[in-house]
Amino acid sequence: MGVTVKTFTSASEAAGALSTDRSARYLGGGTLVMRALNEGDVTISTVVRAQDQALTRIDASGPRITLGAGVTFARVLAERDLGFLHAPARSIGGPAVRNMGTVGGNLFAPNPYGDFTVALLALDATVAVQGGFGARDIPIEEFLQARDRQAGTLVLSVSCTRPASSEAFRYRKIARIKPKGGSVITLAAHLPISGGRIAGARIALGSMAPTQIRARAAERALEGHSLDAATIAAAASAATEGTSPSDNALGSAWYRREIVGVHLRRLLSGQE
Amino acid sequence: MSKIPLQFRHNGRDVAIFVDGGTNLLVALRELIGDMTPKFGCGQGGCGTCSVLIDGELHLSCLTLAETVAGRSVETLDGMKQGPNLHPLQRAFADNFAAQCGYCTPGMLMAAKALLDRNPSPSRDEVIEAISGNICRCTGYEPIINAILAAASGRVSA
Repeated sequence: MGVTVKTFTSASEAAGALSTDRSARYLGGGTLVMRALNEGDVTISTVVRAQDQALTRIDASGPRITLGAGVTFARVLAERDLGFLHAPARSIGGPAVRNMGTVGGNLFAPNPYGDFTVALLALDATVAVQGGFGARDIPIEEFLQARDRQAGTLVLSVSCTRPASSEAFRYRKIARIKPKGGSVITLAAHLPISGGRIAGARIALGSMAPTQIRARAAERALEGHSLDAATIAAAASAATEGTSPSDNALGSAWYRREIVGVHLRRLLSGQE
Repeated sequence: MSKIPLQFRHNGRDVAIFVDGGTNLLVALRELIGDMTPKFGCGQGGCGTCSVLIDGELHLSCLTLAETVAGRSVETLDGMKQGPNLHPLQRAFADNFAAQCGYCTPGMLMAAKALLDRNPSPSRDEVIEAISGNICRCTGYEPIINAILAAASGRVSA
């Protein structure tokens, strides 16, 4: 029993330690890594921490916002300028989990968790990571597709463009227990409108595949159309395309496929 | 594996212990300091009975790496009583039958304290939200919600 804990003052030193040790995991808020240690995960022999203030910085003043990887959901909720991210932040855990869980950690949260990442995926976020060979920006979709191989890189921050209006960004989490609980499915939609038509539709789904995914067929059904009943129906009926949900205690794969279109229709038509 | 020295404030008192690498705060509190008020429930962040306040903020001690509280202030249920008297929240829990088997009670009380410390007169919905990370399998929550509202409004027996 016992792991080695390495604490660094800078994120780049922590990234160096992560990239050279396959059994090292980065400790953010603890809700994933400490849980794994409590469960006796013997693949973790080193825990890496960084006390770098850059990791907890919020830049929410301009049209493009940046959240340090170590920003907690409680801090997102306390930030008036991040109103569009309040619904996803509030949908996570209870108050204690929101005081601990971080934006960066959520990128690694497996089903039925990772709801904040669904919102970030619909917002076409960029993930800034630091590996052994320096820092780079990765589109969030690319990051998620290679998530299993990201263990050796340190996420520094995520950034995205603020939606034009509260109508343009919508979020919905379906859970068995309210207000807390794992996700049956989670949906987020970014619907920028240009000249009365949707331009650049993004629909993101959680718990519909091993990682959060985009519903590309539904996006195609929306693109270039106005958000009317026929368009919404077409998007809803295309919602399952490309999905590969699994069975778990919260719902079966069959159930998830059955309801995802229903909830996408409700989300797009603004129903509660 | 060498031990790591750790100092922090525990219910207003300075403590100094040695922990193994990877030890969580719950184990440090219970096994090394002897404060048995925070309970071990799930070890996963799902039940809330290990809840403590770290610098006044509600945290799950089982998911907190012990050494991250170095130099910080940790409050547990053990620090809630005021001399020989129960804290008004504890009194309200007793008055309202909010503890049945009692296993969730330490976490419920800490979650309630975290709420009332920053919002002394919460609405019923705010109370529900504040304890949404704490599971109780006995009471059906209503007595707990009523107890917290009673404590907030000063409706507590002597």
